[in-house]
Amino acid sequence: MNPYQSCFSKLNRAALIPFFVIGDPSYDISLQLVKAAVDAGADILELGIPFSDPVADGPTIQKADLRALKAGITPAKALQFIREITAYKPIPIGLLVYYNLLVQYGTERFLQDFKKAGGTSVLVADLSIDDADEIAIPAKKAGLETVFMATPNTPDERLRRIAEKTTGFIYTVSLLGTTGERQALSNAVRPLVARLKRLTDKPVCVGFGISTPQHACEVARAGADGVIIGSRIVKFIEEAPDNPEKMRENITRFLSEVRAALPPKGPTAKTDA
Amino acid sequence: MKSKGRFGPFGGYYVPEVLIPALEEIEAAFEQFREDPNFLKDLNALYTDYAGRPTPLYHARRFSEEVGFTVYLKREDLLHGGAHKINNTLGQGLLARYMGKTKLIAETGAGQHGLATAIVGALFGMETKIFMGATDVARQNVNVHKMKLLGAEVIPVEGGTGTLKDAINEALRYWTAHVEDTFYLFGTAGGPHPYPTIVRHFQEPIGREARQQCLEKAGRLPDLVTACVGGGSNAIGIFSGFLNDPQVQLVGVEGGGKGLHTTQHCATLCTGTVGVLHGARTYLLQDENGQIRDTECISAGLDYPGVGPEHAYLKETGRARYVSVCDEEVLDTFFLFSRMEGILPALESTHALAWLVRQKGLLPPDTIAIANLSGRGDKDIDIVEHHRPLTARSL
Ligand SMILES: Cc1ncc(COP(=O)(O)O)c(C=O)c1O
Repeated sequence: MNPYQSCFSKLNRAALIPFFVIGDPSYDISLQLVKAAVDAGADILELGIPFSDPVADGPTIQKADLRALKAGITPAKALQFIREITAYKPIPIGLLVYYNLLVQYGTERFLQDFKKAGGTSVLVADLSIDDADEIAIPAKKAGLETVFMATPNTPDERLRRIAEKTTGFIYTVSLLGTTGERQALSNAVRPLVARLKRLTDKPVCVGFGISTPQHACEVARAGADGVIIGSRIVKFIEEAPDNPEKMRENITRFLSEVRAALPPKGPTAKTDA
Repeated sequence: MKSKGRFGPFGGYYVPEVLIPALEEIEAAFEQFREDPNFLKDLNALYTDYAGRPTPLYHARRFSEEVGFTVYLKREDLLHGGAHKINNTLGQGLLARYMGKTKLIAETGAGQHGLATAIVGALFGMETKIFMGATDVARQNVNVHKMKLLGAEVIPVEGGTGTLKDAINEALRYWTAHVEDTFYLFGTAGGPHPYPTIVRHFQEPIGREARQQCLEKAGRLPDLVTACVGGGSNAIGIFSGFLNDPQVQLVGVEGGGKGLHTTQHCATLCTGTVGVLHGARTYLLQDENGQIRDTECISAGLDYPGVGPEHAYLKETGRARYVSVCDEEVLDTFFLFSRMEGILPALESTHALAWLVRQKGLLPPDTIAIANLSGRGDKDIDIVEHHRPLTARSL
């Protein structure tokens, strides 16, 4: 069993997966915040390395990337960060990265270093399933899991190939668009999760736009194995620029609320899906 | 679509999954319509009656005397809209129409591609949004005004340096949320497959005509063909006519800005390294960690840290050569050329002319060179005035 399988099978509810940009707003504060998220009950972490041109991301995460870059975060420092987190508590860590950063570091070498730092899986935001092998082969060699994205406009034939190449979980994008908070949960979520569940046994985690405990609860009821919350969490950093204590409190409170809102897995959840 | 869109090791389509269906749809439509008689009839009518093709090949006599060899200019500046960009926007706009799309988006640097997109948006009655870096909105105000007059919405992009790269990022983001009804009319021979191929295809008439015209006028092929390279669409358009003529040298001229020893330039092929940006594996200006570098160039249309993947391939195979000229040389040439030929060249195109000026005394007098005059310089007079105010000069 890989770390995700054992994590999902132990849990009697959807996994809580907060996302952070490593080093936002600074290395040290970011470290405190991610540790706080672990303490608040995160089951898995999704961590991003900041990139100058994050085309898959909306304004909130773009700004976080810029803050982290200003703070001098490099891929090497990001690996150091991951080592510090896994030393604090062994927790599965999924990495989100833009391809150029891997290409410059050397994809194979990076993935090996990431594995050594305690990482679990890698997702390249701008690499589609058609070029999956560029990442899947070196990831396998390094002993890492792969995560690929599925979106509401992905046809079944591609979903099957995505499921095939995925060894970790399928990162299911809840809507057509970039990351960012949304008022209401996209109505594309349920049909997409249902479609994936029919096509594959691979775990399905849903992200993009999940902004409230209520959204997380709905996604879990739709049958998701995990909920990924990015912009809402990153926004707590943006909202209290000079007050790390407040960032920490808000993130802790929010994650506790989301966790409490996640319904137990059971027959009701299944029929709902 | 996997095997396609590669130029040797370059190209590809490195984009978020959500964009794949749209790219596949565009690729399929392009394959279907590129040889379709109705499509060709419509496109050719637009090229001739609306845009003004074929453009002349003009023997620039006084400029030739100045540099000491024969220079012909491919007059893309005479096209409707004032630049080669219209070839591509008419082609892609018509494709969008044949696909049944009703909305267009585009990115723009200098504003020429935005303007050319706004033109076809108006012509075809399509709702048009143009993403433009905030810096460029400020420095290319006349074009912003024109786009608005033509009914397009101009969306200033504040992120990054407020230039073309940021406009592309934002257009891609918008597209991911609107892929179902919106056609992204990409402006240069870069970006994810199938764009480099499509843009090249619609710019090929430049090279085809130039080759034919040179044979007619000079009785032989040119010795060299030169063009400026931003993303590389005007250059690939004219180069494409001569790729199979190995005796014709191809020279792409990049923006040397304040000089290659500084970081204030956009000479991607001259100084860049290979990486992945905006959907393509190509040369990039980046730091050692893979973060994309800010660029700077007097010419907004060249101010981009990437380059079309086919140029990366032409560089690697040695078929084309890439050089750069600096802002100051460009300004010198702008004044020289304007007064000699009675043509205000776009600052982008002036890069190619400036490189020819640099060849003065270096090339044999029987050399025949063709420079692609990709656009006209009206849009740039404020920039020129800002750097070298006429009011402060004794005339
Ligand atoms: C007149 C002109 N020439 C050249 C360019 C550079 O683009 P490309 O390299 O795609 O031809 C531009 C871009 O805006 C332009 O306006």
